Amino acid sequence: MAFTPDIAAIRFGEGLSPSIEPAGSVRDVMAQLRGADVAAQNFPIRPYSDLYGEFGEVSRLQKLARRGRNSADEEKLANEFRQARRELNLRLQDAFAPLVSRSVTTTQPFRERLTRFWADHFTAVGKNNLTRNAVPSYIEETIRSHITGRFVDMLKAVMVSPMMLGYLDQNTSVGPNSRGAKGRRGLNENLARELLELHTLGVDGAYTQADVRQLAELLTGMGTDVTKGFVFRAKVAEPGAETVLGQSYGGGAPSVDDVMAFLDDLAAHDDTAQHIARKLAVHFTSDAPDAAMVAEMADAFRATGGDLMAVYQVMLDHPFAWASFGQKVKQPVDYILSAMRVLEVPEITLKKLNRSKRAAYVLTPMAAMGQKLYRPNGPDGWPEVAAAWVTPQGLAARIQWAMSAPSAFYRSLPDPRDFVGAALGSVADDRVKFAARAAETRREGVGLILASPAFQRR
Amino acid sequence: MVDDLSRRKFLLRATALGCSAAASPVLTPMTFAQAPGDNRLVVIILRGAMDGLDAVRPIGDPLLRRYRAGLGMSRDSGATDLDGFFALHPALAELMPLWKQGDLAAAHAVSTPYRDKRSHFDGQDLLEAGTGQDIDGAGVRDGWLNRLLQVMPNAGSETAFAIGRSDMKLVSGKAPVSSWSPDGRLDMSPQARLLLEEIYHDDALFHDTSMDAITIAESLGMASDDSFGMSSRDMRAALKSAREAGDASVLARFAARRLNEESRIAAFSLGGWDTHRGQTRGITRALGGLKDAVLTLKSELGPRWDHTAVVAVTEFGRTARENGTRGTDHGTGGAMIMAGGAIRGGRVYGDWPGLDEAALYARRDLMPTTDVRSYIAWLMHGMYGVEASTLETLVFPGLQLGRDPGLLA
Repeated sequence: MAFTPDIAAIRFGEGLSPSIEPAGSVRDVMAQLRGADVAAQNFPIRPYSDLYGEFGEVSRLQKLARRGRNSADEEKLANEFRQARRELNLRLQDAFAPLVSRSVTTTQPFRERLTRFWADHFTAVGKNNLTRNAVPSYIEETIRSHITGRFVDMLKAVMVSPMMLGYLDQNTSVGPNSRGAKGRRGLNENLARELLELHTLGVDGAYTQADVRQLAELLTGMGTDVTKGFVFRAKVAEPGAETVLGQSYGGGAPSVDDVMAFLDDLAAHDDTAQHIARKLAVHFTSDAPDAAMVAEMADAFRATGGDLMAVYQVMLDHPFAWASFGQKVKQPVDYILSAMRVLEVPEITLKKLNRSKRAAYVLTPMAAMGQKLYRPNGPDGWPEVAAAWVTPQGLAARIQWAMSAPSAFYRSLPDPRDFVGAALGSVADDRVKFAARAAETRREGVGLILASPAFQRR
Repeated sequence: MVDDLSRRKFLLRATALGCSAAASPVLTPMTFAQAPGDNRLVVIILRGAMDGLDAVRPIGDPLLRRYRAGLGMSRDSGATDLDGFFALHPALAELMPLWKQGDLAAAHAVSTPYRDKRSHFDGQDLLEAGTGQDIDGAGVRDGWLNRLLQVMPNAGSETAFAIGRSDMKLVSGKAPVSSWSPDGRLDMSPQARLLLEEIYHDDALFHDTSMDAITIAESLGMASDDSFGMSSRDMRAALKSAREAGDASVLARFAARRLNEESRIAAFSLGGWDTHRGQTRGITRALGGLKDAVLTLKSELGPRWDHTAVVAVTEFGRTARENGTRGTDHGTGGAMIMAGGAIRGGRVYGDWPGLDEAALYARRDLMPTTDVRSYIAWLMHGMYGVEASTLETLVFPGLQLGRDPGLLA
């Protein structure tokens, strides 16, 4: 199979939309990544650094509440803190409507898909009361702005992001021989290991336990202040030079520059190019991607110093990107967003969904399909293989959602005979066309189309 | 059934390659003598690397407290002393009656063949694949529990159950395995069901999975014939079950329900073991879940508990020394926990390597002295009569069974 607009929209976009023309060529797909990020402008999500003031205010109230324990004001202070925390979380949860509206309306859908791909590559989960709903803001500031740039720049942004430093425990890691250790505190290897294993070299990459240990020492000092974001704390940085992957870093006064120098080398490592190329290929084309295509993508990564646009271009230009159509199964988030796109769920409907309806119509079903939004089980993010998603319980949840959710958004649904064309275009097969005709009600017909393999594969 | 499933796998590949479905191969039949019988096996995967030195503490070794001053390793094990040398973590104290009546055991200094990279994800892949490190765990698509089913001749689709939402490589493979998640409910009219079967007909992966989904929903009595929209009561129920989905006793209760009927093997996962920081609190919560699961299984299984073996295994242990953040980092040797009336309990199995720095693996982790697979293999031998040679070649390829540790009562 060669390039077709419908396949481009389904494989490298958010699926078909009744009112948005799909990209007509590979050049059109790549053009979505050039120029302004239209969806982000139309449906803003607050960047993480915008939240420092509010984080500071909630922590200030928390401290007052703690100090006021056993005083006459105890209850009042505790309530003020709880109220502020609750309001912060409600504000952050408002990212839901713009997030969905972007996918429903965008004319640059490849951007949305790449943003989710990289957010998964650099998975971070908010672990405390302030950050548990701040992941969209992390993605907005740290990931989305770098998806069309160089890998090393995204890597560096992630490694100084409060979300990642908190998630993988870097905040609490202390150089055992630093002044701040006081003989009591010490290293935590968590971020060092995942930086090598998941973010860059890959688990088969050329590193050893000794590299993990040395890197953990090199990373000491990288920390977060809740009201300021990234800070480098020289006091807890391990003194002396560290040797990671055969190169020595630091040795002078501890500085974040030593870490940045290492990240430059790490991003340029052969194994990083291979790991990133393969991961992109697996996500977008096949659980077993064509080795030659992966090699060409890795070569482009190396030749351009990790220019991601060049890597995407090679993938889209390769015949395998089109010949392997249908081998991937949409993850639940992609599945639900693509259904809402073809249903054209209006922004106003999304904005009006209160918390329990958001949960009932979207978030709980997504969790039942196996994907708790922004809460993967580990730093390795979500599984890629089709069989991980097409499980009896996961598929049951998809069928249930397909049959019930569309009528939660609309009082009257489209005629299934039209909807099959809108949702599947040229990839509709005879069986799903038959089901669309044979269904007794619109609701059943639309549900069957959304529950079909053709709508779930890409 | 086995034929059907292998055909399904082939079809999947055939679809991808675009060749004809008519070329389906015939599976090489395997014949073995034992029927599933009355014995029950529950496998619990502890995802995230349980700290064996904290769960089953070698308090008789003074080095333990020196290595872990910040982890609350009390010298006085009090109520959870096991044998004067080992003590259970206090969060497992409610299991002490089981220990005393011989229904609880541990094996220490165990590991899979996985070494050095200490990646959770590769470690879990290898644990579930049951192979050696020479075979790429991620590349092996089936798990040892599935291969056990393939050598149990009367095993049907209900013999083994995978419970919970996470992808379980352990049970994946050629043999049919049923699965269930606490929130996998399905409301479907007969009309739509027929049409669904129609649209899934040509896609092997979706086709067979949808059959299982509908069958399970019906067998649980949750399918309804007439409701398409979800009522607010349904919504609340769905929300509640989603919250409880990870709850250890919910998983155990469901496992027991199946095991009280035709199932003989159940598997599920418990998380929360990756205690890099603030371990005291984290592991207390995780061990509490494990304890709840064991006690729920015991009470729900009733008299069948006497024929039950529960095995809790993890991908690797954690560092012997605490790290700089009152936690532990990824290690090598660890512990496995066994419970059930079928187990000869009241003892800690294994060769204890000691905690001297020179005796540690890479001078940092507990040295593994026994392959965790050999304990599981000996259980399979004793409970299901699987031959040693079958265990060493088919179920756990490359395993040396070694001497029988006598795990069964």
